[in-house]
Amino acid sequence: MTVTFAIARHEARRIFASPLAWSVLAIIQFILGMVFFLTLTQMAANPGMLNQTAGVSDYVSGSVYGFASILLLMVIPLLTMRLFAEDKKSGSLTLLTSAPASISEIVLGKYLGLMVFFAAVLFLLALMPLSLLGGTHLDLGRIAAGLLGSWLMMMAFGAAGLFMSTLTKEPVIAAMGGFGLLLVVWLLEALAYGGGLFAEVFRQLSLIGHFEKLRRGVFSTDDLAYYLLFTALFLWLSVQRLDLERN
Amino acid sequence: MANSNAVLIEASGLTRRYGPNIAVDNLSLTLRRGEILGLLGPNGAGKSTTMKMLTGNLAPTSGTVKINGVDLAARPKAAKQFLGYLPEQPPLHPECTVDEYLNFAASLHGVSGAKNRRAAVQRAKQSCGLTEMSTRLIGNLSKGFQQRVGLAQAIIHRPPVIVLDEPTVGLDPIQIREIRSLIKSLALEHSVILSSHILPEIMAVCTRVMIVNQGRVVFNESMQAMTEEAVPCVHLLLKNPPQTLSVAGATALRVLGNGRFEIEAAPGSDLREAIAAQAVQNGWGLLELKTQVRSLEEIFVSLTSGEAPELRKAA
Repeated sequence: MTVTFAIARHEARRIFASPLAWSVLAIIQFILGMVFFLTLTQMAANPGMLNQTAGVSDYVSGSVYGFASILLLMVIPLLTMRLFAEDKKSGSLTLLTSAPASISEIVLGKYLGLMVFFAAVLFLLALMPLSLLGGTHLDLGRIAAGLLGSWLMMMAFGAAGLFMSTLTKEPVIAAMGGFGLLLVVWLLEALAYGGGLFAEVFRQLSLIGHFEKLRRGVFSTDDLAYYLLFTALFLWLSVQRLDLERN
Repeated sequence: MANSNAVLIEASGLTRRYGPNIAVDNLSLTLRRGEILGLLGPNGAGKSTTMKMLTGNLAPTSGTVKINGVDLAARPKAAKQFLGYLPEQPPLHPECTVDEYLNFAASLHGVSGAKNRRAAVQRAKQSCGLTEMSTRLIGNLSKGFQQRVGLAQAIIHRPPVIVLDEPTVGLDPIQIREIRSLIKSLALEHSVILSSHILPEIMAVCTRVMIVNQGRVVFNESMQAMTEEAVPCVHLLLKNPPQTLSVAGATALRVLGNGRFEIEAAPGSDLREAIAAQAVQNGWGLLELKTQVRSLEEIFVSLTSGEAPELRKAA
């Protein structure tokens, strides 16, 4: 387990040493800041929007976290692409595979390193609504649900992107693959609209439906279980994939 | 561990197939403490594949590897603790400084505690001549220094076994000499397997040579035995060669034409003095007299060139 943390610490350091991570943080913050600002000005222009059932927290966290989910879908494959693909291409993965560390420890270590970066993203996501605390009363539970939803979504996206990165030596292919995979799982919801036999199955499998509930402030264990299973599945697949490479 | 010539690597019956191609075929290898084993072979002979299997980066199709008595397939984590590996492409992280990278390599290999890690990093940097480069980014270092960082990574946890895949490739002659002397100094404490297709390198560094061709071991001999058991061969050039030349003590005599002769003698004997005296006595007009042992190059060529008769015909 100490090896896992050593890998995680080093991976986080490598992520933050790359200009990509900082540009991603800057772009996310710029776009979400814009959404946040527009929501606020819209609310200020139409105070009638606010009533007994929908308050400031609903509008702000609803729009910011809703938009964040789409943004993360596009940006996370760019962050995960180099996790394994680049190391495979440059040959530096050998450093890990010839060290006394199992493949699951390597995968978990890299994943945890990525989570350190995601924690920074989450921190920035939390700051925007919380900056209103000085001026108004906020429903903190509502915001916490939105943040939890964003975190779970990032976990799932990260695991899927990491898996894609184990499949190829080319980071760009890993990014495209990750983006495609996430979009397909996301859009499974669309298949459910047509109704039919498997409508409910597709609805349950889609990434978007589970996030929608959390974004609206509804916390239920099936959503939590969905994201955790999704994450575990792709981490397991990554381990299998890397193990296969040795044979 | 106390045993001074303990077997540190024992590989038996290693075979690796890539689809229908056999990269390594039934290769067995033992490495004892204090040995530097040179793995020699033409390009594509299976040297790198063998090293990948020895370091657990590639699973053999069949056969077993034991590192310091621990089975690599059954207990990979325990076995890999005794290994340091520098692959053909040094596994570096160009965005890190030398210190950051080596510190990570140390913790990866189970050097625990910040203080121990600092000491290990310091020692590895000293061994590899990197102390001046501590805060430089690896990506900005020259190829030679990057190779040294790779080497430092392989020895950071002072493993009993160090596996180096073509450690001097792409370096300038001065760097090659430095890396060679470094490898020699490492062998005082560690055992080293070294692969190369550069013959003088193996001659200069190794205590034992293993020639691999088409995935098979075709030669395995210690350097000492090679020089001791080698058949001395005297080349002779005479101005006035006699009709029939006979030299006392010669085991074989070949006439090469134009006054040139090749005379073989029993191992350990030197015929030069006797031949010179005879030549003066009989007025042969001695122009040239030199001994030649069968060099590693000749052995290498004779063992590995059989595969390409068409090529030689063409040339």
